[in-house]
Amino acid sequence: MIYQGKQKIWSDYQKEIPDDHWYFVRSCIRQNFFPASEKMFSVITKDVLGKDIYETPYHTTCGGIAYHSDTIPQETVMTIVARQFALMTEAGYENYACSCITSFGNYAEILETWHEFPELEAKIREMLWKSCRREFKKPKYLAHTSDLIYKFRHEIASKAKFHLVDHATGEPLRVVEHIGCHYAKMFPHKGVGGAEYPCVLSGMIDSWGGQVIDYPERRHCCGYGFRQYHVKANRGYSVSNTHKKFESMEPYHPDMIITNCPGCPYFLDRWQYVISEMEGKTYGQNGYGIPVFTYEEVAGMVLGFDPWDLGLQLHQVAVEPLLEKIGIPYNPKTKYLGLDGKDIMKPGLPSVLKCC
Amino acid sequence: MKDNIVIVGGGIAGMEAAHQLLLLGYKPILVEKSDHLGGHVADWHKLFPDMSPAKDAVKDLAEKIKEANIFLDTEVSFINRLKNGYNVMFSNGVNVICKAILLATGFDLFEASKKEEYGYGIYDQVMTNSDLEHWFNTGEDKRIKGKDIKKIGFVHCVGSRDIKAGNPQCSKVCCITAIKQAMEVKEFFPDAEVYCFYMDLRLFGKKYEDFYIKAQMESGVHFIRGRVSEVSENINGQVIVKTEDTLSGKPAKITLDLLVLMSGIVCNKQAVDTASLVQVKTDSDGFLKSKDNILNIIETDSKGVFLAGTVTGPKTVPETVAEARAAALAIHNYLVTLK
Repeated sequence: MIYQGKQKIWSDYQKEIPDDHWYFVRSCIRQNFFPASEKMFSVITKDVLGKDIYETPYHTTCGGIAYHSDTIPQETVMTIVARQFALMTEAGYENYACSCITSFGNYAEILETWHEFPELEAKIREMLWKSCRREFKKPKYLAHTSDLIYKFRHEIASKAKFHLVDHATGEPLRVVEHIGCHYAKMFPHKGVGGAEYPCVLSGMIDSWGGQVIDYPERRHCCGYGFRQYHVKANRGYSVSNTHKKFESMEPYHPDMIITNCPGCPYFLDRWQYVISEMEGKTYGQNGYGIPVFTYEEVAGMVLGFDPWDLGLQLHQVAVEPLLEKIGIPYNPKTKYLGLDGKDIMKPGLPSVLKCC
Repeated sequence: MKDNIVIVGGGIAGMEAAHQLLLLGYKPILVEKSDHLGGHVADWHKLFPDMSPAKDAVKDLAEKIKEANIFLDTEVSFINRLKNGYNVMFSNGVNVICKAILLATGFDLFEASKKEEYGYGIYDQVMTNSDLEHWFNTGEDKRIKGKDIKKIGFVHCVGSRDIKAGNPQCSKVCCITAIKQAMEVKEFFPDAEVYCFYMDLRLFGKKYEDFYIKAQMESGVHFIRGRVSEVSENINGQVIVKTEDTLSGKPAKITLDLLVLMSGIVCNKQAVDTASLVQVKTDSDGFLKSKDNILNIIETDSKGVFLAGTVTGPKTVPETVAEARAAALAIHNYLVTLK
C-alpha cells in the first residue's frame, strides 16, 4: 500500500464545505436504528462547536428508499425533493446537509439531472407549485452530515477526552471505515476523497488517533442493498454480502468499524448476530463481535459523552470491550435505563455471539 | 540543397524521416526534448511480431542519421511564420529559418493512476506496460525483483476505448503488446499462470493472429473476456482482481502477484502546444489534425507543416516508419514546388 498515492487522489477530490449556517434534514430510519446519532450531530455542531444548524418539523422523507426499490417514478421523488428545497429556501438557508446517505445520493442525482435537463427542472417546479404552492432555490452547497464532521474533525480532536488508542499499550486502534454506496459511487466529485478511496471517514480516524485498515472488500456493499433486504426472499443475499466483508476484514483483526450510512451500521451490526447463529462464527476477540459505530457515535465517544447517552446499548454487538480498551468509563447498571431513569428492558442473549 | 527542414521529435518517426531526407540530399535539423533518440521504442525491450530487440532498431536508425543536425535536450521555444517558411527558435538559443517543419512528436502513455479502481500508485504490485518493459531491459523493479511471482494479470484497454477516461479511441497496439509481454514474462517465470483481461482482441497486423494462438498453445496464457471492475490488496500484499468472464457469464475474483496495466496511447500534450505555434489544430480524437484522414494524413492546413507517426493517432512501428518515409517524400515534393 502506497499511502502517498492515496493522498494524491484525495487532493484531487477536495470538496468545498462551508463551515456554518446549514439547513439540516434527518434520515427516515436512523432514529430507529441508532437513535442518538442524529441528536449527537446536533449536540456536537450546535452546542460543542457553536454552529448554526437549522431544522424544521415539516421535513419529510426524500423518497429515496421507494425510488431505489423501484416503487415510485423519478418525477415523484423530484417533486418531494423540490418541496424539501422549498422549506430550506423559506427558512433562509442555502447550505443543505442531510443525514442519510441515500438522501445525499438522491439529492446529488436530482441536482445533476436538473443541470443536464433544465426542462425537467421546470416541469418539477410547475408540479410543486400545482401540488403545494411552493417555490424553491437549489442549494448552493450540498453536504452529507459526515462531510461536516470531517470538516470539524481537527476541532473535535482538539476537544477530545479520549482517542482511538489502546490506553494500555498506546497503540492506535485498528479501524475499518465503511462508506455508504450512495455517498460517492454515483458522483465521485460529490464525496470527500472520491469514490475509490474516500477519506471522509478515514480522515476522522486519522485525526482521532486510529489506524485505518484497508482490506480487499473495503468497497463492497454492507449487504443492505434495498431490494436485497426489503424483499424478504432476498435476505440471504443481504447476509452473504455482509459475510463476505467480514471474512475479508477478519485477518486484519479490526477493533471497530465506523460508517456513515443509515443502513450500513445496522446491517454490519445485526448480521453479525445472524452469521454467528448460522455459522457459529464471530469476528471479534474472545467470542465477541466487531463493534460498529456511526461517525457521530465515535465523535461523541471521543468528546467524552456517556456511552449510554450515545445509544450504544442499542447495538447488537457489545461495545464494552472496546470502551475498556480505549479507557472510556461506563456504568453497567445504567445501560438499560432510559433518559427518564426507567428500565427499558434488557434484551435476550444470543446463543453464540458473546454480549455483555 | 540548402533548404532547412526542422524535424520536431527524435523518436522513430523523426529519425526515419531524417534518414530519408538525408538520402534525398537535405540536411535536416532534428530536435529532441530528451537526452536520447528513439522515443518510446528506445525504452521498449522487444518488438512484435519477430521479437527483435528494440534497441537494435533504434541503433540502426541512429547510425543512418549521423549526418543530420541533431539537438538533444532541446525544445521548440517559438515559431514565427515568414513569407515562405518559418523562423524557429530552440530552447538552446539556436535560431533556424526553414522552409518546412515536420512534427513527429509522438504520443504520451495514458496516466494509469487516473483509472483509480485499478490502484496504480496505490497498491504495491500494480505496474504499467512501460514499467514492465523497463524491468525487461534493466531487471530493476522492486515489484518483481526477488519476488516469488506465480500469477500475473494484464488488463487491456487502460484509458483506451474509455469515454469516462476521456479517450474513446482504441490504442491499437496494446492488444498485441499485452500478448507479447505475456509471452515474454512467461519466459522469465515459466511456472506462472498468466491472465489477459480483455474486452476485444484487435489483432489486425502481420502475424498477430499467429502470435495470439502461440500465446495460448505454447505459453499457456489465459484470455478472459471481461472488464476488470476493481483491484484491491490483501494482507499478503497480493492484488485481488474482480472481473467478469463474459464468455462463461460469471463474475470472477483472481488473486495475483503482479498486475500489469496496458496504458493506452494519447496525444503528446507538448505536441499540441508546439502545433499551436504553427496553427495546426487537434482533431476530435485528441490527436493532431491532418489535411484529411484518407489521402493526406501527412499534410496539414498550415503551409509547409507536416505530420508523421503517432502524433496523428496510435500506430505500430512499421506503420510509423512507413509514414515517416512518406512524410520525407511529401516534404521533398513541397520544396520542389516552391522553386
